[in-house]
Amino acid sequence: MFSYYLKIAWISIIRHWGLSLLMICAIGLGIGAAMTTVTVNYLMSSDPIPHKSKQLYNVQLDSWDVNDPFNDGLSPPTQMTFTDSTNLMKAKKAFRQNVQSQASGVIESNDPEILPMSVNGRANSADFFTMFDVPFIYGSGWSHLADENKELVIVLNKETNDKLFGGENSVGKSLRLDGNMFKVIGVIDQWEPKPRFYDISTGAFNDSEDFFVPFNLIAEEKIGRSGNTNCWKPVGDGYAAFLASECVWTQFWVELKTEQDKQDYLAFLNAYVEEQKEFGRFARPLDNRLSNVMQWLEDQEVVADDAKMMMAMSFMFLIVCLLNTVGLLLAKFLGKAPEIGLRQALGASKSTLFSQYIIESACIGLAGGLLGIALAYLGLKGVESLYGDYMQGLASLDSTMMMFALVLSLVSTILSGLYPTWRACNIQPAQQLKSQ
Amino acid sequence: MLETGLIVRALLRNKIGALLIALQIALTMTIMVNAIFMIQDRQQQMQRASGLDESNTFYLTNTIFGKDYNFQAELQTDLNTLRKTPGIVDAIQINAIPMSSSGWSMAFQHKPGDDQDALGSALYMVDEHAINTMGLELIAGENFTTQDIQWRASGQSTWPAKTIITKVFAEQLYPDDWQSSIGKTIYISQTQPMQIIGVVKQLQAPWNGWNGVERSMLVPFQMESNSSHYLIRTEPGRRDEMMPIIEKTLAESNKERIIRRVTTIEDTRKRSYRQHNATNRILTTVVVTLTLITGFGIVGLAIFSINRRTKQIGTRRALGATKWQIMRFFMVENLIISAIGVIIGCIGAITLNMWLVNTFNLSPINFELMMFGVISLFIVGQLAVLYPARKAALIPPATATRTI
Repeated sequence: MFSYYLKIAWISIIRHWGLSLLMICAIGLGIGAAMTTVTVNYLMSSDPIPHKSKQLYNVQLDSWDVNDPFNDGLSPPTQMTFTDSTNLMKAKKAFRQNVQSQASGVIESNDPEILPMSVNGRANSADFFTMFDVPFIYGSGWSHLADENKELVIVLNKETNDKLFGGENSVGKSLRLDGNMFKVIGVIDQWEPKPRFYDISTGAFNDSEDFFVPFNLIAEEKIGRSGNTNCWKPVGDGYAAFLASECVWTQFWVELKTEQDKQDYLAFLNAYVEEQKEFGRFARPLDNRLSNVMQWLEDQEVVADDAKMMMAMSFMFLIVCLLNTVGLLLAKFLGKAPEIGLRQALGASKSTLFSQYIIESACIGLAGGLLGIALAYLGLKGVESLYGDYMQGLASLDSTMMMFALVLSLVSTILSGLYPTWRACNIQPAQQLKSQ
Repeated sequence: MLETGLIVRALLRNKIGALLIALQIALTMTIMVNAIFMIQDRQQQMQRASGLDESNTFYLTNTIFGKDYNFQAELQTDLNTLRKTPGIVDAIQINAIPMSSSGWSMAFQHKPGDDQDALGSALYMVDEHAINTMGLELIAGENFTTQDIQWRASGQSTWPAKTIITKVFAEQLYPDDWQSSIGKTIYISQTQPMQIIGVVKQLQAPWNGWNGVERSMLVPFQMESNSSHYLIRTEPGRRDEMMPIIEKTLAESNKERIIRRVTTIEDTRKRSYRQHNATNRILTTVVVTLTLITGFGIVGLAIFSINRRTKQIGTRRALGATKWQIMRFFMVENLIISAIGVIIGCIGAITLNMWLVNTFNLSPINFELMMFGVISLFIVGQLAVLYPARKAALIPPATATRTI
C-alpha cells in the first residue's frame, strides 16, 4: 500500500511540478537557513571536553575594588591576581590544579637556515596537560619538580615542531626562546578545543598555542607574558611591584572528583579569603566561585549575540516558509476536490486519503530537507568565508546535524500538511460529483 | 471601491488561505524591518572615521629579541631612517593602533583620591610627530615639544605631565565648555596629575565595540619595550609601493629584531569590522530571500484561487465586467490581505524589536523604517499578484457557458 501511495504522490508532485518546486525550494531555504544558524550555535555552545567537563572548575575570587566592584558587583573578576593563584597553587588542596597565563616570545632555532619566529604560547603548571587531556605525539608534559625548580623546559605543538625540526621527534633537543635555551620535552598533536574553554580571556574561539612552558618562569622573567591584564589599584614601579599588585592576569583551574570535593574546596577558598582579609585585602563581601566548564562558558556568554540573533531570525524565516507550504498544500489539495470526491465515491476511506496526502507532504518535506542540507552546507561555507578566522572550525555539518535537518523538515512539513489534508478528507463527494 | 463588499465576502469563504498569506506578510515584515534596522545600525558604526589618514597609512610590529639591545639609540636610528625616506611623510613609534582591538586604557578623574568618579580613555604613547603622522586635526591648544617627550621603561608606573585629548573626551570631562579643558589638570592612576595642552578633533580608541570609542589621548612617551608598533604615513598614493621597501630596510638594518605584520590601516578597518560586514551580508540575504519567498507564495496561491474560480470569472466577464475590473478584483483582494498582514506585522516588528532591545541592547526602531516596511510589502504584494491577475483578466467570457 505504501509504495502505491508513494507512486500517487510522485505523480501528483510531477503533475503540479511548478507548485511542488516552489514548496520544495521554500522548505529547502527555510531548513537551510535554520540549519546554518543552528549549527553555528550548536558548535559554539558544544562541550569541548565532554568526558570531564563536570570535574574541571574555573576558580574566581572577588579581590576587586570595594568602591567600584567588578562587573557592577554581579560577578567576581574573570582572572586572578598572581598573589592568589600562587598561594592556591602552593596549598595544593585540589586533586589537580593549574595556574596559567598567555605568553609570547621569539624562537630562534639552532639551524641558521630557519628565521627567528614570533610565537604565542602559554605558561602553565604541570597539571595542565593531564587535566585537559592534551594529546602528545612525542614525549610528555613536565613534572611537578620541573615546576618547582623553574626548569627551562618547553612543549611544542605539532605545527611549531614541523617548522623547527621538520616534524621529527625533537624531545631532548634545544632551542632559544627570548634569548634563553629551553629543552624540548614534548610535542603535542593537533589539539584545537572549540571553544578554547581553558582560556577565553582574549576570545573563546582562538587557536591553541604554539608552545607551553612552566608558569613559574614568568616571575623569573624568563618568558614574556601576554593576554589581558586588568588593574584597579595603582601599581608601583618595577616587575616585583607588578607581581605583588592587585592586577588580575592569571587563570586558575582545578580538577575535583566529587561534589563533596567541590564543597570542600569552596570552603577552603572561603577560609583563604577570610585569612587574606586580615592583610587588608578582599574588602568586598565573600564571593568565591567554582564554575565547571559548561557553567563557565555560559557565564562568560561565549555564544555570540549575533549568532543567537541570527538563529532567532532564521527560525522565523523557517516559519514563513512553512506558512507558505501550508498555503500551497491547501491550494493544491483543494484543487483536487473533484478527484477526491471521485475516489471517495469509489470507496476510498478517509484514513486512506489521509495517509496518501500525508505521504505526499512527507515526500515534499524530504526533498526540501535534502535541499536544505545542501543549502546549509553552502551557507556554512559562506559564513566561514565571511567571518574568517573567527568562525574557523565552527562551520561544519556533522551527521547529528544532518539527521536533525531531515527530521526537522519532515516533522515540520507533515505538520504543515495536517490542516490541508484534513480539509481534503472532509470534501463532500456528492457535491463534487454533482458538478462533474 | 464598489466591489469591496464582494471581495470581502469572497475572502471570507476562503478565510484560511487569506489568513496564511496575511501571516506570511506579517512575519516577513517583522523580520524585514528589524533586519534592515540592524543593518543600518552596523553601517553607521562602520562609517565612523578613525581620525587617521587611513588610505595613506600603514604600520608594522617591531619585536626585539636580542639581549643588551640599546632601545633608545636603535629607536632614534629607526625613526630617523623612516622620516628621511623619500615618499614617507612622517613616522612614529606607538603602543597601539586604532581599530586593532588591542591597546591600553586608563581611568581619569578631576580630583586625586581613591574614591573619585573616573572616566576611561585609550592611551597612545607617541612623540611630537604623532599629529602629523596620524593626520590629526589640532583644534585647540598646542602640540608636544621635543622636551615634553620622556622615555618609558618597561613596567614604569609614572606618567608624563602633559597630554593631548580628543574633543569628545574633552566634552565629557567638561560638559559645559570643552574648550575650557586646555590647561586643566586631570589625574591618572588616582593621584598623578596630567595637564591637557591640546585637543584634537577625532581619534578613535582601538576597540570599536566600546561605548567610549571616541575617548582617547596622546601621551608623550617613547617606549623601551620589546614590542611596539611603527606607524608610517606616506605621500598620497605611495603606500603600497613603500610597504615592502620599509620592511626590507628595517629588517636588514638590525638583525636582533623581527619586523612583522606590516599592515595597512584599511586592512585593519576591514578586519575590525569583518563580523559587522558578514552579519550585514547575511541579514541582507535573509531579507531578499524572504521577500522572494513571500512574493512567490502569493503568486502560487493567487494562481490557484484563480484556477478554482475560472468559471465565476468567466461568468462575471459574460455579465459585462471589463478586463480591468477583473484585474482590479484580485489586486484589491491582495491589498486587503496585505493590509491585515502589515497591521499584524507592525505589532510583530515592535514586539521583536522590544525583545532585541532587552536581550541584545539594541536601540528601538524608528517610525520611518516601519513605514518603509509597510509600503514595500504592499508593493511586493501588488507586484506578485499582477501576473495572476492578468491571467485572470484574459479568461474568455465563453468559459461561463462551458462545463469542465
